[in-house]
Amino acid sequence: MENRPLEYDYTVAKMFMLATIVLGIVGMLIGVILAFELAFPSINTILGEGLAEYTNFSRLRPLHTDAVIFGFTLSGIFATWYYVGQRVLKVSMAESGFLMFIGKLHFVLYVIGVAAVVVSLFAGVTTSKEYAEFEWPIDIAIVVVWVLFGMSIFGLIGIRREKSLYISVWYYIATFLGIAMLYLFNNMEVPTMLVSAPDGSAIGGAWYHSVSMYAGTNDALVQWWYGHNAVAFGFTVPIVAMIYYFLPKESGQAIYSYKLSLLSFWGLMFVYLWAGGHHLLYSTVPDWMQTMGSIFSVILILPSWGSAINMLLTMKGEWQQVAASPLIKFMVLGSTFYMFSTLEGPIQAIKSVNAIAHFTDWIVGHVHDGVLGWVGFMIMAALYHMAPRVFKREIYSKSLMAAQFWIQTLGVVFYFTSMWIAGITQGMMWRAHDEFGNLAYSFIDTVTVLHPYYAIRGVGGLLYLTGFLMFAYNIYKTMTAGRKVEESELASASPMGA
Amino acid sequence: MDIATLQAYGYFVLTVGLTVILYAYIYHLYKNRKDADGHDYEEYSNIALNDDIVDTPVNAVSKTEDK
Ligand code: HEM
Repeated sequence: MENRPLEYDYTVAKMFMLATIVLGIVGMLIGVILAFELAFPSINTILGEGLAEYTNFSRLRPLHTDAVIFGFTLSGIFATWYYVGQRVLKVSMAESGFLMFIGKLHFVLYVIGVAAVVVSLFAGVTTSKEYAEFEWPIDIAIVVVWVLFGMSIFGLIGIRREKSLYISVWYYIATFLGIAMLYLFNNMEVPTMLVSAPDGSAIGGAWYHSVSMYAGTNDALVQWWYGHNAVAFGFTVPIVAMIYYFLPKESGQAIYSYKLSLLSFWGLMFVYLWAGGHHLLYSTVPDWMQTMGSIFSVILILPSWGSAINMLLTMKGEWQQVAASPLIKFMVLGSTFYMFSTLEGPIQAIKSVNAIAHFTDWIVGHVHDGVLGWVGFMIMAALYHMAPRVFKREIYSKSLMAAQFWIQTLGVVFYFTSMWIAGITQGMMWRAHDEFGNLAYSFIDTVTVLHPYYAIRGVGGLLYLTGFLMFAYNIYKTMTAGRKVEESELASASPMGA
Repeated sequence: MDIATLQAYGYFVLTVGLTVILYAYIYHLYKNRKDADGHDYEEYSNIALNDDIVDTPVNAVSKTEDK
């Protein structure tokens, strides 16, 4: 090793990498179980009637969504922040005992929060707001975790050597501010013990229960302003932060246009927050809000594609790298899936299309081409790039990574194609009627027709999970058995064993 | 004027205003090419490419204390 006065300190990044992998496995495993429960309902009671409460679809569904969003994705965001943040600000966490302490505390409290969420959701304790199921004591803990994350970001920025903030840092800051605002407003709730009935008598209920501070249509509006922007600031903004760092770094290519990255950033920030109304088309929300939601959703294509095209053009003249490196494949396909789902979403937000798509499996298909093809691929690529640098070892197996790539790509394709067909079939069948306006089908007719597509989705999910386990194994072997590498091998393309 | 009319005017003014700001920003970026510190925007890509702790920052916090 060369004589280096100072090194980046990846202790906290490593902790969150571990959490990303563990929670990814848990969340996706539950996803696969859910998928097969929909295809084969007997699985709902697979552990017997007595335990059916814990194995049925409705109990497991929020566990899936929260484990993959707040577990897998969020840990991935934290892991990459504690890695990218130091590098682009050119300051090591080892230089500040305080930041090191905050980082570790952040991790510990996060793990405690995750445990509380898992236990409470399994027990069926929930506020029943999608992606905001946690009761007030957990919400408070989450706010503390978030404040620590913010202290880490701004603390590191405070002691930086690089004056200009790299574009990824902007995106991380936006993630922090966006989620803070969304989470606080949507989770405004009143513990039921403080509420009384109209006649003045206490309502009571368990101490941890609460009711939302908003009611009716207002509640729906705040909920989907939150829900949609959780996609924005959880699945888009921080993942864009990652690709703006990891793709140029791994390929050794400068960003195609840094100016375009700045422009897309502001475009995204301005447009995204107004698009949530598209979740409430044809509901009791005022008509102009629905229209606004549709319009902003369509405009959203521009900043989204601005970033995605910028990334693809970064590879201009370097496409042989895509063929040669499975790691770059993950990122290029990720960015392609990003373009794909940011085109699909706006289409679904058009009112007449939404009339068919809403409440159908097409929406679930849309969610998963985004999260599997874009979020999942990008987080795994980021961790693959980080592994040799944090463990100072070469990636254990390139061929395993390549196999994983194709298995997972096939899985994603199975997933979204089956859900497209299922969704559109469903939408059409629900609407079909005879000349007198009588519905042509009953609900159970659609269920029967959809069975094969549900089974295909289950298989697709299983392939994706298999690939994720291969990823976990590859990282584990990198950590324990990869060939040791020198700093000089780590400048751009990651070293990989056969 | 009732509240709905006000909302409609407000919405229109806001949309036009923000569009103008966005285009002005594009114009500003491409016309100046450099930021207030005199760096070409495109140089900032190097923050990621040369991000070793011993690399020289693109725009150091203090120009005098060279790290
Ligand atoms: C092995 C991979 C996965 C499988 C098999 C899977 C399966 C499922 C299933 C069956 C549902 C319920 C659909 C329904 O209610 O009809 C669901 C919902 C959902 N999943 Fe996954 N999932 C996987 C991975 C992921 C990942 C990695 C993420 C995010 C990072 C994710 C995010 C979501 C979200 C947000 C929903 C709610 C969708 C909605 O309400 O429209 N899933 N998933």
